[in-house]
Order: sequence, then C-alpha cells, then structure tokens
Amino acid sequence: MVEWTEQERSIITNIFGNLDYEDVGSKALSRCLIVYPWTQRYFASFGNLYNAEAIKTNPNIAAHGTKVLHGLDRAVKNMDNIKATYAELSVLHSEKLHVDPDNFKLLADCLTIVIAAKLGSAFSPEIQATFQKFLAVVVSALGRQYH
Amino acid sequence: MLSKKEKQLIREIWERLTPVAEDIGADALLRMFASYPGTKTYFSHLDIGPGSAHLSSHGKKIVLAIAEGAKDISQLTVTLAPLQTLHAYQLRIDPTNFKLLSHCLLVTLACYMGEGFTPEAHAAIDKFLSAFSAVLAEKYR
Repeated sequence: MVEWTEQERSIITNIFGNLDYEDVGSKALSRCLIVYPWTQRYFASFGNLYNAEAIKTNPNIAAHGTKVLHGLDRAVKNMDNIKATYAELSVLHSEKLHVDPDNFKLLADCLTIVIAAKLGSAFSPEIQATFQKFLAVVVSALGRQYH
Repeated sequence: MLSKKEKQLIREIWERLTPVAEDIGADALLRMFASYPGTKTYFSHLDIGPGSAHLSSHGKKIVLAIAEGAKDISQLTVTLAPLQTLHAYQLRIDPTNFKLLSHCLLVTLACYMGEGFTPEAHAAIDKFLSAFSAVLAEKYR
C-alpha cells in the first residue's frame, strides 16, 4: 500500500482544488500530442491533428483532455486505494482502447509541465516530487490490469 | 530530428538562459534531488542543500555546457568530446540519470517561462536534451 504523509495529501488536494480543469486538461493532452506525436495514433477519429496549431484548437481534444483530468479526481478522493479505484479503467484502456501503458507516463509528464508553467516558482521541488509520486501511482494502477 | 526552425528556437532559448545559468541549474538539480533521491548518491562529496555555493556553481556549469552545445547542434560530438571522456571514465554517471535531469530541466523552464514554454519549445528542447544525453554517453562503452 502506498504511504502518504499529511503534507503530501494536502499538497495533492490543494493542487486539484485550485485547478482550472478545462484549461489544464486541454493543454496537457494537446501538449502530449505535440511533444510525442506518436500518441496521435489513438486519436485518429478526433479530426484535424495536422500541426501544432490544429491540435491546440481542436475542440474534441480539448473536451477529451478535460475528461481525462477529471478522471484523476477519483484518485484524489481515494488516495489510500488508487489501485482498486482504477481497476475498471485499467481494463478499459487495455481491452477496449488498446493503449500502450507507456503512454500514461508521457501524458503524466506533460501534465506536470503544464501545471509547472501555471504555478511558476510556487511549483517547488517538494511539490513537484509529491505530484510526480501521485501520478506515478495513478500510472501504475492504470497499467495493472493489462495481461 | 530537429528542423532548422527548432534549432534556432533552441539556440535562442539557451542564449536567454545563459545570464541566469546559476539559478536555472541549481533549480533543476534541486528538483532532481527531491523527485529522484537516488541521484544524490553522485554528490556525496558536495553540499547540495538549497542555496549552497556548490549547488549554484555546479548548476551553472551544467547549464553553460548545454548552452554551448545549443549554439551549433550539428557539432555536438565535437563540442562535447571532453565532457564525453569525463563522464565515461571519471564521473561514470549511469545514463538513465540524464533523462531524470532532462525532465527536471524542462520543469524548471516551464516554471521560469510560464506560457512562453510553448508545446513547440517543449518538443524542441526535449529532443535536443535527448540528443545531448546520447552524445554525452557515447564513450561509455
């Protein structure tokens, strides 16, 4: 089981409590598709992904990014049992969406960078470490049901 | 693969970072030590606490070396030759750590440049740092 200190819990609830989901979610997903273009393979039906401008202004991507970010709320509310919380979503990503689990880390890194750009120096090394720990647990849980 | 536009963007960004090399370098190192404690094992001979002189001078060294490489990316192997030897035969830092520092440099840049750290800039610098790391590790074996 993952151990969380009181400080780590409050860092995570604070970040998500002050989050503009539409802004951050859409920026994180579009950044992922731009920085790691092979991830576009999962979004063939989303419309124009021709270049960075098209990706940044694509409304389907923006909506999906928001959805994915809200998906993290479950982990924030169940930090002591993230593994079980995401069992179903893990199966979905494996059996239905066929997403290579390595991609979860790529999106997680882009999310970290979008939040860093928003918070500036307030995104201290300690806060970054806690946020990355949280995302690593989520990423691991999402990959757990693959077989 | 870096386009001409990307190489120019990289050159410009690292030129702007040169005057604040100490701050950028120290910040990236501190982030790396906080998120990846194993990396601290390479610094047992230095004081790497926040604000320490060792941290600033070491961070500055690293950022200036990267900035030097950014000036002419096609010449990376030539520019980095002495550093290749240093890392392979003396420092012997496991190359997986280059990825960790690269990631933390990107986070530092995001904090420093805010919205200015566009996805295009992020992609270009990520690619550059990967290439830089690969060249740095070339003499390892």
